[in-house]
Amino acid sequence: MTTRIADRFARLRQENRAGLVIFITAGDPDAKTSLELLRGLPKAGADVIEIGMPFTDPMADGPAIQASSLRALKAGMTLKKTLDLVRRFREGDKDTPVVLMGYYNPIYIYGVDRFLGDAVKAGVDGLIIVDLPPEEDVELCLPAIRKGLAFIRLATPTTDDARLPKVLSNTSGFVYYVAITGITGTASADTRHIEAAVTRLKRATRLPVAVGFGINTPEQAAAVARVADAAVVGTAVVKIIAEHQKQPAEAVARTHRFIADLAAGVRGARTSA
Amino acid sequence: MSTVNSFRTGPDEGGHFGIYGGRFVAETLMPLILELERVYTACKTDPGFQKELAGFHTHYVGRPSPLYFAERITAHLGGAKVYFKRDELNHTGAHKINNCLGQALVAKRMGKRHIIAETGAGQHGVAAATVCARFAMECTVFMGTEDIERQKPNVDRMRLLGAEVRPVTSGSATLKDAMNEALRYWVAKAETHFYIIGTVAGPHPYPAMVRDFQSVIGIEAKQQVMEAEGRLPDTLVACIGGGSNAMGLFHPFLDDVSVRIVGVEAGGLGIPTGKHAASLTGGRPGVLHGNRTYLLQDDDGQIIEAHSISAGLDYPGIGPEHAWLHDMKRVEYVSATDDEALEAFQLCSRLEGIIPALEPSHALAYVTKIAPKLPKDHILVMNLCGRGDKDLAAVLGHLAKRGRPV
Repeated sequence: MTTRIADRFARLRQENRAGLVIFITAGDPDAKTSLELLRGLPKAGADVIEIGMPFTDPMADGPAIQASSLRALKAGMTLKKTLDLVRRFREGDKDTPVVLMGYYNPIYIYGVDRFLGDAVKAGVDGLIIVDLPPEEDVELCLPAIRKGLAFIRLATPTTDDARLPKVLSNTSGFVYYVAITGITGTASADTRHIEAAVTRLKRATRLPVAVGFGINTPEQAAAVARVADAAVVGTAVVKIIAEHQKQPAEAVARTHRFIADLAAGVRGARTSA
Repeated sequence: MSTVNSFRTGPDEGGHFGIYGGRFVAETLMPLILELERVYTACKTDPGFQKELAGFHTHYVGRPSPLYFAERITAHLGGAKVYFKRDELNHTGAHKINNCLGQALVAKRMGKRHIIAETGAGQHGVAAATVCARFAMECTVFMGTEDIERQKPNVDRMRLLGAEVRPVTSGSATLKDAMNEALRYWVAKAETHFYIIGTVAGPHPYPAMVRDFQSVIGIEAKQQVMEAEGRLPDTLVACIGGGSNAMGLFHPFLDDVSVRIVGVEAGGLGIPTGKHAASLTGGRPGVLHGNRTYLLQDDDGQIIEAHSISAGLDYPGIGPEHAWLHDMKRVEYVSATDDEALEAFQLCSRLEGIIPALEPSHALAYVTKIAPKLPKDHILVMNLCGRGDKDLAAVLGHLAKRGRPV
């Protein structure tokens, strides 16, 4: 069992601040730029890194992340290369938790056992698989836990109290609260709603609660950081990469600058409130 | 593969047919899918629901559809006796209305007033728009821009019926992408909207529910062929995209072991070209759109775009129950190419005075291959699941391109 996720959240608690989780798609806009982006994330202020595994049919993602997935695939990204990217990142960073996010089919085709073995070896800490609800836990969740990987579940506004225990059972690492009823990057999250939802989750679990979907600015990230254990930003990051895809150095610099702004918002949230 | 006593007991309570099916959806949708399952299970045994459905079948759809002896095609082919199950005579011109009617009545019981649908050929979209008009529901139909081009008359019909048609430009801009967008929209509107999936695919309970609503085809056909011939048919043939018309015809016959059952996938430009929509012949098991089934995909698990002359078959997957019946070898799955379907389209028009849709033209193409080799007392029932008016412009274009204008 890797302890990077637990260690990171323990440290955040000591520092009395929320964490910043940054999402980028593996291989977007190309493998080389993607590795540079990744390597700079911790220094820019990301506490946890979420790496999207590109898929042709990302059912729960909005236009920005769909496009980023397609850019990566077009540039030749595969699941094997995604794991390779994590391995190369790990050579220079032993502490930042890395969580892979995506859809089940590429893993199923790669082979569940082979994938889990290779993911652990590469230095992956956890998985978020959008289309694997608790009803399908035997597919990947239980084998992943046996291999020592965290299986991070999404809880949503439609997850009612009756269902919540089912969603939280077999969840490890942290719980990811989806702040909007919708796909990524299509609406802005409502802070009051988030506060109530986090409170509800906290009553039901001792795991840290991260909140994502619909957090686009340092101000929104700060608002979430006041009430949750971490704020997840993806679409807004991916959009910067898209804008500068033709100038990789610029894409890297601007992305890291934006993340630094987000991190400042998150880090100052509880003291300035 | 284990043997089974019956091919008609699936799915299990998790929605599995063997290893296929299941509920591979985002958490946002799970509570809804579970609620749908509860309501639908109650509807199945509710005499009031069944009576209402039967009433609409009789007076609105025009069921039962005839089982028609295709005398001239039979004479032309010189072998098996060919019967058509005439679901193209249904209101709206295809079998799709059977399912839309059933699901709309379920939606009504769930108190949902807004319907989402995806469509390829537009037949499902038209059927959904039709039942929405009838039951005073709002209707949003997702359709790929490529298909909007190919199936213009149906787009006009949907709009006339009061539906909003949302063009989908992502991916290949066909049925698969329309389904992605419909699912994304549903995730955002989960609490108020009902998604009428058009085929025997998607997360449980859709494959079973759509099959049940389409089984009226096979139940009628069985009774009608007994009346006409005094015995069960020897062979059933139906085309397959997602596979709802085929499952509707096949399911009531699955345990009649003497009946040979054949599903015809869209072979596009030919299986070796890779440009086809034959997921069982040219694909392998994977997970997409809420279920595990055979999919067209590459070695990295990325979905490959399907190709077919028929917008209704242009889908890289197939219903999970078909995947299971394929593995169990209860149903044979073959394919017919674009060109073969075009030939059959013209043959049926000229010999029987019936202009079939391009989808069942694939089934007929296969019938023209096997019927001549079968004895004259061999009874073959083919599902003529849709009429071809919607395809006229596309077919004329294709024939002109091949230097053979009508």
